[in-house]
Amino acid sequence: MAMEKKKILEELKRKFPQEIKETSTLFRDETLVIDGDSILEIVTFLKNEPYEYTMLLDLTCVDYKGQEPRFEMVYHLFSLSRNHRLRIKTRLSEKELSIDSLTSLWNNANWLEREVFDMFGIHFKGHPDLKRIFMYDGFEGYPLRKDYPLRKRQPIIPLRK
Amino acid sequence: MKGSFITTKFNHILGWARKFSLFHYPYVTACCGMEYMSAACAHFDLDRFGAGWTRFSPRQSDMLLVVGTITQKSAPVLKIVYDQMTEPKWVVAFGTCAVSGGIYDNYAVVQGIDSIIPVDIYIPGCPPRPETVLDALVKLQEKIQNQEQEWRWKKRKY
Amino acid sequence: MPTRIQKEAKKENILLNMGPSHPAMHGTIRVMLELDGEKIVNSEVEVGYLHRGFEKICENRTYFNLLPYTDRLNYVSPLINNLAYVMTVEKMLGLNVPERAQYIRVIMNELSRISDHLTCIAAMAMECGAFTVFLYKIKAREFIWDVIEETTGARMTTSYIRIGGVKADLHPDYENSLKKAINETRKVLKDVDGLLSKNKIFLNRTRDIAVLTPEEAISYGWTGPCLRSTGAYYDVRKAHPYLVYDLLHFEIPLGERGDNFDRYYVRMKEMEQSLRIIEQAMEKMPKSKRPSSLMADGMEPAKAIKLSRKKRVEEKIRLSPNLRGSEKEVYQDILTDDKRYIIPPKEDLYTSIEGIINHFKFFMKGHGIRPPKGEVYFSVEGGNGELGFYIVSDGTDKPYRLHLRGPCFHIVSAMEKLIKGRYVADIIPTFGSFNMIGGELDR
Repeated sequence: MAMEKKKILEELKRKFPQEIKETSTLFRDETLVIDGDSILEIVTFLKNEPYEYTMLLDLTCVDYKGQEPRFEMVYHLFSLSRNHRLRIKTRLSEKELSIDSLTSLWNNANWLEREVFDMFGIHFKGHPDLKRIFMYDGFEGYPLRKDYPLRKRQPIIPLRK
Repeated sequence: MKGSFITTKFNHILGWARKFSLFHYPYVTACCGMEYMSAACAHFDLDRFGAGWTRFSPRQSDMLLVVGTITQKSAPVLKIVYDQMTEPKWVVAFGTCAVSGGIYDNYAVVQGIDSIIPVDIYIPGCPPRPETVLDALVKLQEKIQNQEQEWRWKKRKY
Repeated sequence: MPTRIQKEAKKENILLNMGPSHPAMHGTIRVMLELDGEKIVNSEVEVGYLHRGFEKICENRTYFNLLPYTDRLNYVSPLINNLAYVMTVEKMLGLNVPERAQYIRVIMNELSRISDHLTCIAAMAMECGAFTVFLYKIKAREFIWDVIEETTGARMTTSYIRIGGVKADLHPDYENSLKKAINETRKVLKDVDGLLSKNKIFLNRTRDIAVLTPEEAISYGWTGPCLRSTGAYYDVRKAHPYLVYDLLHFEIPLGERGDNFDRYYVRMKEMEQSLRIIEQAMEKMPKSKRPSSLMADGMEPAKAIKLSRKKRVEEKIRLSPNLRGSEKEVYQDILTDDKRYIIPPKEDLYTSIEGIINHFKFFMKGHGIRPPKGEVYFSVEGGNGELGFYIVSDGTDKPYRLHLRGPCFHIVSAMEKLIKGRYVADIIPTFGSFNMIGGELDR
C-alpha cells in the first residue's frame, strides 16, 4: 500500500511536469502544490480511471498575510476504491483573486465555494450562483481574513440600552 | 375601601391563574436545546408546573423561551417573533449565550438578548442543568403572582 | 435583496417560507418553497443563522484553551468532536497515548454516538407524530448522560478528552451504571422497533421518499449513516482505524435503497453495534493500577470532610485534590508520559518546585503546546459522517488556521435536489433523517 501511494505522486509528476511545483509527505499526508491555472485539468485527470478520486472531502483557504502570493487554496480529495486521501494546494495573489470552479465535477463544491467566497472574498469562475452563505446581506468585509478585527460587529437592527 | 379589596383579590386570583398555566414558545437554536428537551421530558418534568405543552406558534403563547446563541443574522427574526406575541408576555433567557453572548465574543454573536427585547428571568449555565430551569420557572411564577396584572376593563391611571 | 427563488418563481405559484424559528426542533435553518398546490416546484435553503465564528475565534486562543469550543460544535455528541480535535493535534506532535486511555476514549465515543442517534430518531419520530418514541428515547439518553456525568462531571459539554489522554479515570462504580444504561437502551430500542419499523403510517411517510443513488451521494460528499443507507461502504473506523478499533469486532450496517426509512434503520442498527463495542471494550480494558486505600468511597462527602480535618487522620480518608480520578497515581494510565504537553498533577503542583514550574510553563503566553510548523488533516467517524480537522501551525502556541470539515454541511447541500417534486409534508421526515445539527453546519 505504501508502494502504491508513492507511485501516485511520482506518476503525477511525470504526467504534469510543469504544473506541479512540489510534492511532500509531511505528517504522513500526501500533498501536491500546483499552479492556479491548471487545477481543473489535474483534478479531472484524478477523478477518472485509474485513480478514481471520486469524493471531494473539503475545500478551504488560508490567508498568509504578509507573504506574496497571499491566499492559498487547499483541496482534499478522497478515493473510496483505493482508500487514499490527497491534498492539493495552490496559491493566489491578492490582485488576481479568482480560480476555476469545480461545480461541474462535484455537487458539493457549490456550497463549499460559496463559503470560501463569503469568508475570504475569492471569486470562482463558472459558479452558478456565487453569493454569501453564512453572513447576512449588507455585511461588509470578509470575516476570516487576517485584517478583519475579531470583535467588529455590524448589527442589522438598532440595539437598545 | 371595599372596591380596592376586591381589585386586589382579583389581581391575586388572576395572577394565580396565569402563573399555573403558562404556554411557552421555545425559540431553540443551539446546544441548550438538548437541556431544554431533557427538562421537558419524563425525568425532570416541566408539566408538573403547568408549563407543559409547547405551543408551536407565538400568537398562542405567553412565555418566550430564548434557548441558545442568537447571532446577528437571526436578531431581526427574534424581534418579529417577540412582536407577534400578545400581552401579557414574559421572556426567559436560557443559557449564557442568550444572557450575555457566552464564550463567543466576536463579530457574529449578539452579546445578550436584552439589547433586542426586554427580559424577565435570566438562567445562567452552559448548558444549565434541568434543576436550574425548574428553579427559574418557580421564580417566574412568583414574579407573575406579585406583579400588577393587566385585564381588559381595568381602569388605567393616565 | 431578493433571493434566487424570488427571481426565478413563476407568478402563479405560491412562495412559502419555513422560517428560521420553526418547531421542528433542529435548530435554525430557513427553507423557502415555491409551491404549485401542495407540490414543491423549486426550493432554496438558507443557512448561517447559527454562524458563531468558530474558526476565527480559534485563531486567537491557544491549543489548550480552545477545547470547550470544540464541544459545542456537534452538541449531541460532544465527546466525538473533542476526540477529533485532540487526535489531530496529537498527530502533529507524535504523541503516544496509554492503552487504558484509548479504551476509555472508545467507550465515551460510542456512548456519544448512541446519544446522537437517539436524539435524531426521537426528533424525527416526534415530528411525524409519534410522541411516545420521543419520550422513551430521551429517557434512555438520561441514563447514558448519568454515566458520562459520573466520570467527567458534566452532562453534555464535558471537555473531557485532553491532548495526551483523558482528564480523569473512570469512576470506581462505573460498571453498574454502565450496565444499567446498556440494559435500558436495549429495552428502548426493542420498544421503538416494535412501534415504528412495521408501522404502516410511518412506512408510508418514509419509504421511497428522498431516494439517492450511491454515485450521486458520493458526488455530494455524503459520509456516515446517510451514505451507508444508499449502499456505499465507507466507515472511517474500518478504513483508517484509529484508537483500538482494529482490535474490536463490529459490523457496519448497510442500507439498500437510500430513502428515509433506510436512514432511520441504519441508525437503529448502528446503535446495537455501538452497544456491542462498549461491552467488548469493558472486558478488554487493562486494569488500573489504582491503590485501594485512596478515598472515602461510599461515605457522605460532608462526613468525609469532617473526618479528614481531625488531628489524627486515618489513612483511608483522603479526598481527591481535583476531579475524582485524576490523582497522581493514576496519571500514567490516563495521560501520556511526555511532560511538555500535559498539566502536572495537583499533588506535584502544590508541593514541589518542579511542579509549579511545569504548570507555569504550560499556561504561560507564548509557551505551552507548540507543535512544529506544517499542516495536518485528521478525521474520525462522527455521528453524521467523517468529521475532520485541518490545522495549519506556524510554530507558535496558537493555531494559524483551523478548519472543520463538518459532515452536516455536505448532507444538507443535497436537500434542494431531494425535495424537488415532492409534497410539503415530505419535508419533515426527510429533514429529520438528515440529522442536521446547527453547530456543525454553520460553525
